[in-house]
Amino acid sequence: MEALNVILLLFIIACALAVALTKNLLAAVITFMAQGLAMSVVWMLLESPDLAITEAAVGAGVSSILMFAALKKIHAIREKGEAEDEQEET
Amino acid sequence: MNRKKRDAFAPFLNWLENGGNALDAEMQDALREHDPKEALPEKTKKAKKKAVPAQKDKAREERARKAYADSWWYRLLAVVTAVTLIWLLMEAVLQMPKFGAADTLIDSELTEFYVEHTKEETGAMNIVTGIILDYRGFDTLGESHVLFIAVCTVLLMLSIYGERDEESRLKRWEEERHYEPEHDVILQSAARLLTPLILIFGLYIIVNGHLSPGGGFSGGAVLGAGLILYQNAFGYEKIERFFTYKTFRWVSVCSLLFYSLAKGYHFFTGANHLDSHIPIGTPGNILSGGLLLPLNFVVGCVVACTMYALFTMFRKGEF
Amino acid sequence: MLSQVYSHLDELTAVALFGIGFTLLLLDKNLMKKIIGFSMMDSGIYLFLASYGYIESRLAPIYAEDVSESSAYVNPLPAGLVLTGIVVGVSVTAVMLGLTIRLYERYHSLDIDEIAEKIRREGK
Repeated sequence: MEALNVILLLFIIACALAVALTKNLLAAVITFMAQGLAMSVVWMLLESPDLAITEAAVGAGVSSILMFAALKKIHAIREKGEAEDEQEET
Repeated sequence: MNRKKRDAFAPFLNWLENGGNALDAEMQDALREHDPKEALPEKTKKAKKKAVPAQKDKAREERARKAYADSWWYRLLAVVTAVTLIWLLMEAVLQMPKFGAADTLIDSELTEFYVEHTKEETGAMNIVTGIILDYRGFDTLGESHVLFIAVCTVLLMLSIYGERDEESRLKRWEEERHYEPEHDVILQSAARLLTPLILIFGLYIIVNGHLSPGGGFSGGAVLGAGLILYQNAFGYEKIERFFTYKTFRWVSVCSLLFYSLAKGYHFFTGANHLDSHIPIGTPGNILSGGLLLPLNFVVGCVVACTMYALFTMFRKGEF
Repeated sequence: MLSQVYSHLDELTAVALFGIGFTLLLLDKNLMKKIIGFSMMDSGIYLFLASYGYIESRLAPIYAEDVSESSAYVNPLPAGLVLTGIVVGVSVTAVMLGLTIRLYERYHSLDIDEIAEKIRREGK
């Protein structure tokens, strides 16, 4: 259990650094979601099961989904079909 | 898979080959330019008249942006700030008492009182639920109201009924409906299996809040996530059959009123040493703990409505 | 020194998260990255608070059979504080994202220097 704790904490720090150093917004949000999931397991290792369920549902769930929805509305995620339509119009 | 979806993977394969640069250029273009679908004819005429001053302003904008963003001393400043802050806080943290020791400062009389007396006084088996809904029930009341206020704020900002004239409202409605979820076979067959299970699991977590890990917040978040999955898989009309703006209004307001009145009554009788005739029951049953089961349910409803309302405002702009 | 770092690793991770989130909030130009940094700061604070309540080789704060002494359970108070904090944190993030969407629709940019420049030009 000690080894699992150490590995998860190092994974969280690595995810945080990856979020800080990337320029791609979609990759940043996905990595943030993974960090939330690792945090949920860390809560379980600290003997607080209420926090584990809440963090899994909220941090790795709803919070990241709201960020994806916001990214879609600011046109930062784009399908290939939409890019072709714009090239045909202009 | 049709051609449109197969071509959607092409940027990712490109990114894998080129190591991240191809998608960055695309992303920067997407963030920098105007959306060509929204350009009306009058705006381009005015832009042609003010071409020369606009170019000078644009040049100044470019210079203002490039002055900081990619220069080496800016990045060095960022790294130095982070390292200094983390080093200072680390030095403070290493002076703290041993992690996980049994005689830390916080293990004081308050904790002993809570752990020893929660079972008799509140009837809850889960100490955390007993604390946040009985001893510190006032904090949870404030927190539920904060969730409600957040939804009201997002409603003010993102609602399509906030536009002043009919034309821009119609334009925004067209834009929002353009992003309606399509009929995706994988998503729909998975959601058909998973959504009832997720909703039942959320209800189970809420109802068992005072006996096992869980409670109103966790169960409400799981319920909200289940509703979001249902909307994403099956489209806008199917969920408008049972969850509309009226539903959200009634559920939120009635829940908050019930919580305020019940908790107010409980505090009033407790503070004046009267006997509030709410039975505690035997700890360990489902129907025990006095007001804990109804309050858990109410908090779960508020959190679920909040999560779903926030998501649907981001997606649709209306309920 | 290294054994001290190893024994306090939870709290040091929390502090590192807080520092990285703070740097993102302060010094990055993109509005979305600022919001992600804010949320990361929240996560760091929750980890710090809750790791302060952990006592080794004790059970989770749910009553086992008839054991009612306070020396058999982990400290439940910090967990209660953090539980409210997590849910309030997500609603604050949602309000910030809504503001970002409105700013983008008005000024068509996510870069905060560009937005400031455009506002100054409009005010002239």
